[in-house]
Amino acid sequence: MSNRLIDMQHITKSFDGQTVLDDFNLYIRENEFLTLLGPSGCGKTTILRILGGFEKPDKGRVIFDGKDITDLAANKRQLNTVFQKYALFSHMTIAENIAFGLKIRKKSEEYIQDKIRYALKLVNLEGFEKRMPDSLSGGQQQRIAIARAIVNEPKVLLLDEPLGALDLKMRQDMQYELIRLKNELGITFIYVTHDQEEALTMSDTIVVMNQGYIQQIGTPEDIYNEPQNAFVADFIGDSNILGGIMIQDKLVEILGMRFDCVDSGFGSNNPVDVVIRPEDVKLFSIPDNEGPGSAEYEDAAARAAKLNPGRLEGVVTHLIFKGVHYEMTVEAAGFEWLVHSTRMFPVGGRVFMTMDPFNIQIMNKPESDDEKALEFETI
Amino acid sequence: MKKQKHVLLSGPYLFWTAAFIIIPLLMIVYYGLTDTSGAFTLSNIAQMGTPERLKALWLSLLLSLIATGICLVMAYPLALILTGTKVNATGFIVTIFIIPMWMNSLLRILAWQTLLERNGVINVALRFLHLPELRIINTPYAIALGMIYDFLPFMLLPIYNALEKIDQNVINAAYDLGANRFQTFWKVIFPLTVPGMISGITMVFVPALTTFVISDFLGGSKVLLIGNVIERQFTQVGDWNVGSGMSLVLMVFILISMAVMQHYDKSGGEQVVL
Repeated sequence: MSNRLIDMQHITKSFDGQTVLDDFNLYIRENEFLTLLGPSGCGKTTILRILGGFEKPDKGRVIFDGKDITDLAANKRQLNTVFQKYALFSHMTIAENIAFGLKIRKKSEEYIQDKIRYALKLVNLEGFEKRMPDSLSGGQQQRIAIARAIVNEPKVLLLDEPLGALDLKMRQDMQYELIRLKNELGITFIYVTHDQEEALTMSDTIVVMNQGYIQQIGTPEDIYNEPQNAFVADFIGDSNILGGIMIQDKLVEILGMRFDCVDSGFGSNNPVDVVIRPEDVKLFSIPDNEGPGSAEYEDAAARAAKLNPGRLEGVVTHLIFKGVHYEMTVEAAGFEWLVHSTRMFPVGGRVFMTMDPFNIQIMNKPESDDEKALEFETI
Repeated sequence: MKKQKHVLLSGPYLFWTAAFIIIPLLMIVYYGLTDTSGAFTLSNIAQMGTPERLKALWLSLLLSLIATGICLVMAYPLALILTGTKVNATGFIVTIFIIPMWMNSLLRILAWQTLLERNGVINVALRFLHLPELRIINTPYAIALGMIYDFLPFMLLPIYNALEKIDQNVINAAYDLGANRFQTFWKVIFPLTVPGMISGITMVFVPALTTFVISDFLGGSKVLLIGNVIERQFTQVGDWNVGSGMSLVLMVFILISMAVMQHYDKSGGEQVVL
């Protein structure tokens, strides 16, 4: 991962007067697995279409390998696209589908046959040459679409929600398959999805987008553990997002209770956003009919205090078994907390809840300009 | 229980089919293969062998083929243009092409007669402009024109539907793999519309082959198509046996043409590509 392969500079694009991208800047390095992640309508597919040559930006330039390709037609570009819903040629056999690009480039018959064999082996579909696309399952069709693209030896493979139409199990298998393919081919993958799990599993770099603006660029770990704003935190995984007040460095007030945390540099008495992942909320059950002063009540409080001096008292209102963990809703201080725990706390039971200081993520409140971009959108 | 209910639901349709399609068809076969006394004979079919009737059959085949070919050549580019336009415009233009079908086909052919007549609207206009007159009424040209006019929408719609069904991403995929517009059309778009063309061809060729209305009005009594010959057997001569015998011969031609179409429909796509 070294030099910039693609450089998108000041890209602006609007459809019917509606601005989809506004002064969008992004560079993509060689051999990178970069994912554009965001809700539908965030502009991620438009970026892919501009890279593929199917849309022209209103303003801005696309630099590919040092050359300006902004006005280059799609069929002249050294990148290939794997489309949503495969877009195979239904009137051709699998072999003819894969050979399409090579025949256009007038490669020798021998070379084409070699490439077909190689590509089918790569996607684990040897012996499918004579089959028609209709006779294949969704996952197989998607792998043929990938084979059809990679035989042309593109420097970059663009993938537009390629797993969107597959069922869960197939999607997970294909994720591993794509990682393996990328490593074997050693080319750049640009991947568009609205599925945060897909993005976290496969990417080297994730670009989180909303309403045409980049919210955060980083490794999957960065994005998950250190979301830069409430949108990213909300979009990547489940989370509890609350308003808080930074009392001083390493001390934050949430719902009227002061908690130790590890962040500093947010000033004092400043409003901030606080993100707490559901798996980071720790619960301590309070036995029934025990009030302050009773031994068991104080014992639970003391155990909570070992983690963090701050704690809230709440009641479990919902409980769902999710396999690996229980998902619970806890109402505390007027806020519904989402909590994941391997231990079960019955509905109606009282609990203390607190968090390890390390797991309290403090973020600046968005500046007013960006507020629109931070509006939550459900997918 | 459930199955029985389904059978009951299809009852009206089955009755309709039996009463108005299957039984009449069997009657044609019966009449066609028997003489007036009811004895089996092939002479009704052999009646087709007179030079005049063979000529009518030949002319019918020729004119139907020409009309189908011209409809195809006219409809395909039009369908391409319609597909390229935005949704609203498409609805509008398709409607424009369908509106003529709201009018009785007899009336429309009658209108053409008025237009093409020796002293019809077109010739009056041409004379006024001191241009040579158009003398195609009562010729095969006028019949072909009538066929094209009457059946063009039946060619346009299936082709348009086939084009509409092609996913834009399939076309984009062809560009993406390096094909230019010309290659994309001949290697991807055209083969994918073969089924649409097949149904268009069937829907134009079969009615054109059997028509007697168009030739009646635009061909006068001078040009006879096989449809007219058969019609006369029933309405003027009153010989149902000979009329049915010739209908059977015509049916064989239609079945052959449909079989040929069916063959191309199945394998057409690949053959065009390879």
